[in-house]
Amino acid sequence: MELNKTEILLEKYFEGQSSIEEEKELQKYFASANIAPHLKQYTPLFGYFSQAAAQELKREIKVLPRIQDKKRTTNLWLSIAASIVVMLVAGTYVYFDKESPSEELGTYDNPEAAMRETQRALAMLSSHVNVGIESVIVLEQYEDSKNLIFKQ
Amino acid sequence: MSQTEFLQITAAFKDKVFRLAKRLLISTEEAEDATQEIFIKLWSKNQNLIAFNNVEAFAMTMTKNYCLDQLKSKRAGNVKISHYDFADKSARLDKIVEDEDSLKWVEKIINQLPEQQKLIIQMRDIEQYEFEEIAIILEMNETAIRVTLSRARKTIRENMIKIHSYGIE
Repeated sequence: MELNKTEILLEKYFEGQSSIEEEKELQKYFASANIAPHLKQYTPLFGYFSQAAAQELKREIKVLPRIQDKKRTTNLWLSIAASIVVMLVAGTYVYFDKESPSEELGTYDNPEAAMRETQRALAMLSSHVNVGIESVIVLEQYEDSKNLIFKQ
Repeated sequence: MSQTEFLQITAAFKDKVFRLAKRLLISTEEAEDATQEIFIKLWSKNQNLIAFNNVEAFAMTMTKNYCLDQLKSKRAGNVKISHYDFADKSARLDKIVEDEDSLKWVEKIINQLPEQQKLIIQMRDIEQYEFEEIAIILEMNETAIRVTLSRARKTIRENMIKIHSYGIE
Protein backbone atom coordinates (compact mmCIF):
# COMPACT_ATOMS: atom_id res chain seq x y z
CA MET A 1 0.00 0.00 0.00
CA GLU A 2 1.34 3.44 -0.87
CA LEU A 3 2.36 5.69 1.93
CA ASN A 4 0.09 8.49 0.78
CA LYS A 5 -2.94 6.21 0.74
CA THR A 6 -2.14 4.90 4.21
CA GLU A 7 -1.98 8.42 5.57
CA ILE A 8 -5.34 9.25 4.06
CA LEU A 9 -6.82 6.06 5.49
CA LEU A 10 -5.40 6.86 8.90
CA GLU A 11 -6.92 10.32 8.77
CA LYS A 12 -10.30 8.79 7.86
CA TYR A 13 -9.82 6.26 10.63
CA PHE A 14 -9.39 8.87 13.32
CA GLU A 15 -12.39 10.78 12.04
CA GLY A 16 -14.52 7.65 12.33
CA GLN A 17 -15.22 7.69 8.59
CA SER A 18 -13.38 4.57 7.49
CA SER A 19 -15.16 1.39 6.43
CA ILE A 20 -14.47 -2.07 7.81
CA GLU A 21 -12.53 -2.93 4.62
CA GLU A 22 -10.33 0.13 5.00
CA GLU A 23 -9.72 -0.67 8.65
CA LYS A 24 -8.74 -4.20 7.72
CA GLU A 25 -6.30 -2.76 5.19
CA LEU A 26 -4.76 -0.60 7.88
CA GLN A 27 -4.47 -3.57 10.18
CA LYS A 28 -2.72 -5.52 7.43
CA TYR A 29 -0.34 -2.64 6.79
CA PHE A 30 0.65 -2.32 10.44
CA ALA A 31 1.10 -6.06 10.76
CA SER A 32 3.58 -6.03 7.87
CA ALA A 33 7.33 -5.58 8.18
CA ASN A 34 7.87 -2.32 6.33
CA ILE A 35 6.11 0.48 8.12
CA ALA A 36 7.08 4.09 7.51
CA PRO A 37 9.07 5.38 10.50
CA HIS A 38 6.72 8.24 11.26
CA LEU A 39 3.76 5.85 11.38
CA LYS A 40 5.48 3.31 13.60
CA GLN A 41 3.83 4.79 16.68
CA TYR A 42 0.48 3.35 15.57
CA THR A 43 1.75 -0.20 15.35
CA PRO A 44 0.89 -1.16 18.94
CA LEU A 45 -2.65 0.17 18.48
CA PHE A 46 -3.49 -2.15 15.59
CA GLY A 47 -1.38 -4.87 17.12
CA TYR A 48 -3.46 -4.68 20.24
CA PHE A 49 -6.73 -4.83 18.31
CA SER A 50 -5.86 -8.12 16.66
CA GLN A 51 -4.46 -9.48 19.89
CA ALA A 52 -7.61 -8.54 21.80
CA ALA A 53 -9.82 -10.11 19.14
CA ALA A 54 -8.05 -13.42 19.65
CA GLN A 55 -9.00 -13.68 23.32
CA GLU A 56 -11.25 -16.60 24.10
CA LEU A 57 -13.56 -17.61 26.87
CA LYS A 58 -11.79 -20.44 28.68
CA ARG A 59 -14.54 -21.45 31.04
CA GLU A 60 -17.25 -23.68 29.69
CA ILE A 61 -20.80 -22.36 29.66
CA LYS A 62 -23.29 -24.46 31.55
CA VAL A 63 -27.04 -24.33 31.16
CA LEU A 64 -29.38 -26.70 32.95
CA PRO A 65 -31.47 -29.04 30.83
CA ARG A 66 -35.11 -28.20 30.63
CA ILE A 67 -36.40 -31.56 31.97
CA GLN A 68 -36.47 -29.97 35.39
CA ASP A 69 -39.71 -28.17 34.54
CA LYS A 70 -41.49 -31.44 33.80
CA LYS A 71 -40.37 -32.91 37.08
CA ARG A 72 -41.65 -29.91 38.91
CA THR A 73 -45.18 -30.24 37.45
CA THR A 74 -45.40 -33.97 38.21
CA ASN A 75 -44.35 -33.20 41.76
CA LEU A 76 -47.10 -30.64 41.94
CA TRP A 77 -49.72 -33.16 40.79
CA LEU A 78 -48.42 -35.68 43.27
CA SER A 79 -48.81 -33.26 46.16
CA ILE A 80 -52.33 -32.31 45.03
CA ALA A 81 -53.32 -36.00 44.91
CA ALA A 82 -51.78 -36.61 48.33
CA SER A 83 -53.66 -33.71 49.90
CA ILE A 84 -56.97 -34.93 48.40
CA VAL A 85 -56.38 -38.37 49.92
CA VAL A 86 -55.61 -36.84 53.32
CA MET A 87 -58.77 -34.73 53.19
CA LEU A 88 -60.92 -37.73 52.21
CA VAL A 89 -59.55 -39.82 55.06
CA ALA A 90 -60.04 -37.04 57.58
CA GLY A 91 -63.53 -36.29 56.25
CA THR A 92 -64.80 -39.87 56.39
CA TYR A 93 -63.35 -40.30 59.85
CA VAL A 94 -65.19 -37.25 61.17
CA TYR A 95 -68.40 -38.30 59.35
CA PHE A 96 -68.55 -41.83 60.77
CA ASP A 97 -67.47 -40.65 64.18
CA LYS A 98 -70.59 -38.49 64.44
CA GLU A 99 -72.94 -41.30 63.47
CA SER A 100 -71.63 -43.91 65.89
CA PRO A 101 -73.10 -42.59 69.25
CA SER A 102 -76.74 -42.55 67.93
CA GLU A 103 -76.33 -46.13 66.80
CA GLU A 104 -75.18 -47.32 70.20
CA LEU A 105 -78.13 -45.81 72.15
CA GLY A 106 -80.86 -47.51 70.20
CA THR A 107 -84.59 -46.69 70.07
CA TYR A 108 -87.89 -48.23 71.10
CA ASP A 109 -90.50 -49.16 68.53
CA ASN A 110 -93.29 -49.62 71.11
CA PRO A 111 -94.44 -46.31 72.68
CA GLU A 112 -95.60 -48.02 75.91
CA ALA A 113 -92.26 -49.64 76.43
CA ALA A 114 -90.63 -46.30 75.73
CA MET A 115 -92.89 -44.62 78.32
CA ARG A 116 -92.02 -47.28 80.91
CA GLU A 117 -88.35 -47.03 80.28
CA THR A 118 -88.42 -43.26 80.45
CA GLN A 119 -90.29 -43.30 83.75
CA ARG A 120 -87.83 -45.79 85.13
CA ALA A 121 -84.94 -43.67 84.06
CA LEU A 122 -86.46 -40.52 85.51
CA ALA A 123 -87.28 -42.31 88.79
CA MET A 124 -83.71 -43.44 89.05
CA LEU A 125 -82.52 -39.95 88.43
CA SER A 126 -84.83 -38.40 91.05
CA SER A 127 -83.86 -40.98 93.69
CA HIS A 128 -80.23 -40.07 93.13
CA VAL A 129 -81.03 -36.40 93.37
CA ASN A 130 -82.91 -37.02 96.68
CA VAL A 131 -79.82 -38.69 98.11
CA GLY A 132 -77.99 -35.49 97.41
CA ILE A 133 -80.67 -33.33 98.99
CA GLU A 134 -80.68 -35.43 102.22
CA SER A 135 -77.08 -34.56 102.86
CA VAL A 136 -77.78 -30.89 102.20
CA ILE A 137 -80.50 -30.87 104.94
CA VAL A 138 -77.75 -31.44 107.51
CA LEU A 139 -76.52 -27.97 106.63
CA GLU A 140 -79.70 -26.46 108.12
CA GLN A 141 -78.57 -27.55 111.59
CA TYR A 142 -75.48 -25.46 111.16
CA GLU A 143 -77.66 -22.54 110.25
CA ASP A 144 -79.75 -22.96 113.45
CA SER A 145 -76.76 -23.17 115.76
CA LYS A 146 -75.23 -20.15 114.09
CA ASN A 147 -78.43 -18.17 114.77
CA LEU A 148 -78.32 -19.26 118.38
CA ILE A 149 -74.88 -17.84 118.92
CA PHE A 150 -75.03 -14.71 116.81
CA LYS A 151 -78.29 -13.17 117.88
CA GLN A 152 -79.21 -10.27 115.83
CA MET B 1 -34.79 -25.99 21.34
CA SER B 2 -32.56 -28.47 23.11
CA GLN B 3 -29.57 -27.74 25.29
CA THR B 4 -27.05 -28.78 22.64
CA GLU B 5 -28.77 -26.74 19.95
CA PHE B 6 -28.67 -23.71 22.20
CA LEU B 7 -24.98 -24.17 22.89
CA GLN B 8 -24.31 -24.59 19.18
CA ILE B 9 -26.05 -21.35 18.29
CA THR B 10 -24.41 -19.40 21.07
CA ALA B 11 -20.92 -20.82 20.49
CA ALA B 12 -20.58 -18.46 17.53
CA PHE B 13 -20.56 -15.38 19.72
CA LYS B 14 -19.70 -16.51 23.24
CA ASP B 15 -16.14 -15.17 22.89
CA LYS B 16 -17.47 -11.81 21.75
CA VAL B 17 -19.73 -11.63 24.78
CA PHE B 18 -16.80 -12.52 27.00
CA ARG B 19 -14.51 -9.93 25.44
CA LEU B 20 -17.11 -7.20 25.72
CA ALA B 21 -17.72 -8.11 29.37
CA LYS B 22 -13.99 -8.10 30.02
CA ARG B 23 -13.63 -4.71 28.38
CA LEU B 24 -16.14 -3.25 30.81
CA LEU B 25 -15.45 -5.28 33.93
CA ILE B 26 -11.67 -5.54 33.37
CA SER B 27 -11.24 -8.65 35.51
CA THR B 28 -11.23 -11.95 33.65
CA GLU B 29 -13.04 -13.83 36.43
CA GLU B 30 -15.80 -11.28 36.59
CA ALA B 31 -16.15 -11.34 32.83
CA GLU B 32 -16.44 -15.13 32.91
CA ASP B 33 -19.12 -14.94 35.59
CA ALA B 34 -20.97 -12.32 33.59
CA THR B 35 -20.83 -14.43 30.43
CA GLN B 36 -22.23 -17.41 32.29
CA GLU B 37 -24.98 -15.26 33.76
CA ILE B 38 -25.92 -13.81 30.38
CA PHE B 39 -26.16 -17.23 28.77
CA ILE B 40 -28.39 -18.47 31.58
CA LYS B 41 -30.63 -15.48 30.95
CA LEU B 42 -30.61 -16.18 27.23
CA TRP B 43 -31.43 -19.81 27.91
CA SER B 44 -34.37 -18.88 30.09
CA LYS B 45 -35.69 -16.73 27.25
CA ASN B 46 -35.16 -19.66 24.93
CA GLN B 47 -38.71 -19.91 23.58
CA ASN B 48 -38.70 -16.33 22.44
CA LEU B 49 -35.18 -16.67 21.11
CA ILE B 50 -36.36 -17.65 17.65
CA ALA B 51 -38.37 -14.45 17.46
CA PHE B 52 -35.16 -12.46 17.58
CA ASN B 53 -33.68 -12.86 14.15
CA ASN B 54 -30.46 -11.38 15.43
CA VAL B 55 -29.65 -13.35 18.55
CA GLU B 56 -26.08 -12.13 18.56
CA ALA B 57 -27.02 -8.45 18.66
CA PHE B 58 -29.55 -9.25 21.37
CA ALA B 59 -26.92 -11.05 23.42
CA MET B 60 -24.49 -8.16 23.00
CA THR B 61 -27.11 -5.68 24.18
CA MET B 62 -27.80 -7.88 27.19
CA THR B 63 -24.07 -8.04 27.91
CA LYS B 64 -23.75 -4.27 27.73
CA ASN B 65 -26.70 -3.71 30.06
CA TYR B 66 -25.66 -6.43 32.47
CA CYS B 67 -22.08 -5.17 32.78
CA LEU B 68 -23.12 -1.54 33.18
CA ASP B 69 -25.52 -2.64 35.92
CA GLN B 70 -22.73 -4.56 37.59
CA LEU B 71 -20.49 -1.52 37.52
CA LYS B 72 -23.24 0.71 38.83
CA SER B 73 -24.07 -1.57 41.75
CA LYS B 74 -20.42 -1.83 42.61
CA ARG B 75 -20.03 1.91 42.71
CA ALA B 76 -23.22 2.29 44.73
CA GLY B 77 -21.95 -0.35 47.14
CA ASN B 78 -18.90 1.79 47.71
CA VAL B 79 -16.61 -1.01 46.68
CA LYS B 80 -14.37 0.82 44.38
CA ILE B 81 -13.03 -1.56 41.83
CA SER B 82 -11.46 0.89 39.50
CA HIS B 83 -9.34 -0.11 36.58
CA TYR B 84 -6.26 1.02 38.38
CA ASP B 85 -6.54 -1.91 40.76
CA PHE B 86 -6.12 -4.23 37.88
CA ALA B 87 -3.32 -2.29 36.29
CA ASP B 88 -0.56 -4.46 34.96
CA LYS B 89 2.26 -5.00 37.35
CA SER B 90 4.96 -4.53 34.77
CA ALA B 91 4.11 -0.92 34.04
CA ARG B 92 7.39 0.49 35.17
CA LEU B 93 8.53 3.59 33.37
CA ASP B 94 11.68 2.06 32.00
CA LYS B 95 9.61 -0.58 30.29
CA ILE B 96 7.26 1.82 28.61
CA VAL B 97 9.18 1.95 25.38
CA GLU B 98 9.62 -1.78 25.16
CA ASP B 99 7.76 -3.40 22.38
CA GLU B 100 5.77 -6.14 24.08
CA ASP B 101 4.74 -3.68 26.72
CA SER B 102 3.28 -1.20 24.29
CA LEU B 103 0.31 -3.47 23.64
CA LYS B 104 -0.47 -3.39 27.33
CA TRP B 105 -0.27 0.36 27.22
CA VAL B 106 -2.88 0.45 24.51
CA GLU B 107 -5.08 -1.72 26.68
CA LYS B 108 -4.53 0.54 29.64
CA ILE B 109 -5.42 3.61 27.64
CA ILE B 110 -8.60 2.01 26.30
CA ASN B 111 -9.58 0.87 29.78
CA GLN B 112 -9.40 4.44 30.99
CA LEU B 113 -11.90 5.67 28.41
CA PRO B 114 -15.51 6.34 29.40
CA GLU B 115 -17.77 3.27 29.17
CA GLN B 116 -19.56 4.36 26.03
CA GLN B 117 -16.29 4.88 24.18
CA LYS B 118 -14.95 1.58 25.44
CA LEU B 119 -18.02 -0.21 24.15
CA ILE B 120 -17.75 1.34 20.72
CA ILE B 121 -14.00 0.76 20.39
CA GLN B 122 -14.51 -2.84 21.46
CA MET B 123 -17.24 -3.45 18.94
CA ARG B 124 -15.77 -1.57 16.02
CA ASP B 125 -12.00 -1.99 16.25
CA ILE B 126 -11.86 -5.38 17.90
CA GLU B 127 -15.02 -7.20 16.86
CA GLN B 128 -15.28 -5.27 13.58
CA TYR B 129 -19.02 -4.79 13.64
CA GLU B 130 -20.61 -2.55 11.03
CA PHE B 131 -22.03 0.75 12.27
CA GLU B 132 -25.52 -0.58 11.57
CA GLU B 133 -25.01 -3.47 13.98
CA ILE B 134 -23.48 -1.29 16.67
CA ALA B 135 -26.46 1.03 16.35
CA ILE B 136 -28.82 -1.89 17.04
CA ILE B 137 -26.78 -3.20 19.95
CA LEU B 138 -26.29 0.14 21.68
CA GLU B 139 -29.66 1.58 20.65
CA MET B 140 -27.92 4.69 19.35
CA ASN B 141 -27.89 6.38 15.98
CA GLU B 142 -24.98 5.90 13.61
CA THR B 143 -23.83 9.49 13.59
CA ALA B 144 -23.52 9.57 17.36
CA ILE B 145 -21.54 6.34 17.20
CA ARG B 146 -19.14 7.77 14.60
CA VAL B 147 -18.58 10.88 16.70
CA THR B 148 -17.95 8.88 19.87
CA LEU B 149 -15.68 6.49 18.00
CA SER B 150 -13.64 9.32 16.53
CA ARG B 151 -13.30 10.92 19.95
CA ALA B 152 -12.16 7.64 21.48
CA ARG B 153 -9.63 6.95 18.72
CA LYS B 154 -8.19 10.43 19.01
CA THR B 155 -7.88 10.12 22.78
CA ILE B 156 -6.01 6.87 22.34
CA ARG B 157 -3.73 8.51 19.77
CA GLU B 158 -2.95 11.46 22.01
CA ASN B 159 -2.13 9.24 24.94
CA MET B 160 0.03 7.01 22.80
CA ILE B 161 1.97 9.96 21.45
CA LYS B 162 2.54 11.10 25.02
CA ILE B 163 3.92 7.71 25.97
CA HIS B 164 5.87 7.37 22.75
CA SER B 165 7.63 10.67 23.19
CA TYR B 166 8.18 10.15 26.90
CA GLY B 167 11.72 11.07 27.77
CA ILE B 168 12.41 12.51 24.34
CA GLU B 169 10.89 15.91 24.74
